[in-house]
Amino acid sequence: MEDQKITSIKMAGKQSILFANPPVILSGSSVVGKKEGEGPLGSFFDQIEEDPMFGGTSWEDAESRLMKRAAELSIEKSGYQQDEIRFIVGGDLLGQLIATSFGIADLEIPIFGVYGACSTMGESMALGAILVDGGYANKVLAVTSSHFAGAEKQFRFPLAYGNQRPLATSWTVTGSGAVIIGNGDLAAEVTSKNKKDAVVKIKGVTIGKIVDYGVKDTMNMGACMAPAAYTTISQNLKDLNVQPNYYDRIITGDLGNVGKEILIDLLKQDGYDISSNHMDCGIEIFDPNTQDTHSGGSGCGCSAVTFTGYVMQKLKRKEWKRVLFVPTGALHSTVSFNEGNPVPGIAHGIIVEAE
Amino acid sequence: MQNQKDKVTASDVVIEKDKTTKEEKYNQYVKDITPTHNIFKNILNAFLVGGIICVIGQGFINLYASLGAGEELSASYGTLSLVLLSIVLTGLNIYPKIAKFGGAGTLVPITGFANSVAAPAVEFKKEGQVFGIGCKIFTIAGPVILYGILSSWVLGVIYYILMELGVV
Amino acid sequence: MDYLKAFLIGGAICAVVQILLDKTKLLPGRVMVILVCLGSLLGAIGIYEPFSKWAGAGATVPLTGFGNALFKGIKEALTEEGFIGLFKGGFTASAVGISAALIFSYIASLIFNPKMKE
Repeated sequence: MEDQKITSIKMAGKQSILFANPPVILSGSSVVGKKEGEGPLGSFFDQIEEDPMFGGTSWEDAESRLMKRAAELSIEKSGYQQDEIRFIVGGDLLGQLIATSFGIADLEIPIFGVYGACSTMGESMALGAILVDGGYANKVLAVTSSHFAGAEKQFRFPLAYGNQRPLATSWTVTGSGAVIIGNGDLAAEVTSKNKKDAVVKIKGVTIGKIVDYGVKDTMNMGACMAPAAYTTISQNLKDLNVQPNYYDRIITGDLGNVGKEILIDLLKQDGYDISSNHMDCGIEIFDPNTQDTHSGGSGCGCSAVTFTGYVMQKLKRKEWKRVLFVPTGALHSTVSFNEGNPVPGIAHGIIVEAE
Repeated sequence: MQNQKDKVTASDVVIEKDKTTKEEKYNQYVKDITPTHNIFKNILNAFLVGGIICVIGQGFINLYASLGAGEELSASYGTLSLVLLSIVLTGLNIYPKIAKFGGAGTLVPITGFANSVAAPAVEFKKEGQVFGIGCKIFTIAGPVILYGILSSWVLGVIYYILMELGVV
Repeated sequence: MDYLKAFLIGGAICAVVQILLDKTKLLPGRVMVILVCLGSLLGAIGIYEPFSKWAGAGATVPLTGFGNALFKGIKEALTEEGFIGLFKGGFTASAVGISAALIFSYIASLIFNPKMKE
């Protein structure tokens, strides 16, 4: 079989990896804020916290606490002990990853801090799976978070400042999602613990390039990131030599309504029609009519909690058998913006299967 | 070209090889498909909210004048009152809600300036008295003060020269 | 009558700026700078002062009025004190607005805490 040949060398096409022994997602956790809990996916999340400070004293502290909670919960749900987790791969949106550093320190687990803006969950899961399949770790925790207030404060305006948000803007999700990625051989153990649910495996990944189409409008992130999602998805389909219907869903991170339209349009030019099986976490997580979020949700937490909360359940119940999870990120800072640079995008594809 | 007025399509963007043209085309394409607020509704809201704030300002001025203050003094007290009102509303998180509706109507009056001072002061208090509130209080209002003082100084220099020359 | 003028003129200035905001994607900070500089320019060429005498708060409450006041302050200081007035008049004229904003904001930072947007 064509598939087998590719698997044996682990490298597929130009940018993709197919694992020899696909790692298992042992557990996933999702902790979100009040607004996310009130959204259409509210019932899928593990924990909804009413206090936007999460018991902390500043927005940064709040995000650290949020991430710690998600990380601990994923360990608890996996049924393993904290010291059995060999590495953490994680990151967030705040400058120099302070939410991660201060949130995860207490766990005393060796960590790779990664930055991929809102695509960080994809990057964390890809690296985690690579570590596991490479035999460098048996269990890896991949985690990421974002907090509306911290992100506004850092990237836009103080919260009490009066301004109008254009319709193309998105709303940063307050939430943190974590998964424990384990060696493929642990699949039997997972099945023995819970016979009802399917085993969810990371079959492969497609690592994205930085794609810049010259958009400078930070109030329209969907347009900044759509070309990156397009490039990664198109490359994934080419690398695996499959059509979009190979996946039950192609799930982008936070393109929002504007980005979704662009993505579908761009992929059509390569002969791929994903209009029937595309889903965007940012569009799913909020109800724009009642929640005033405009183009949708965004932030590292957006794709992370939608995946761990909603997508994982669909896979476990075998409602979907195979998805391509493509968190998308906008790689800019306030400095690069002030200096007149455009906002390049990045997207990583994670092939997730239910067995 | 005859087609210049036509909409840019995704295919135009994808097949374009030149990076600069591609970026231009993509930006045009994005502009075409991005929804915008109803501009007429926005303008009307800005007119209403801005107008009302100015009426409140006039009310303050008239009040102080009726209490016996002269023209300059009642104007100063009017400014003082508007600034105080705006900062209280900012602290209570009401000003941003009005701004969401009123847009420029809340930005243009002196209350918008006061809001831009109060918002970072409250937001950055966690980062300390000096580097938090002290520095960040000017993040939005600082440029207004700088360029206001600078532009009026430049114009003042010109006025001074003309004055010395006996023109004005 | 002065209320009607204040409403119409103040509202009209805001409406024009709203068009600027929506059509150009200028950030609010830039718009505020533009308004103040414009006000001081209109003041210098002698337009804004008669306009604000007529329109009252409709002209003095918008930031253009703030700019006009800055120039007016410099002009008065120049006539009274000569050259040094260039460095004095602006801040004198804007003293109440800036001091009030800074002092009340500082007090607000003691009273209020950052709040989440809904």
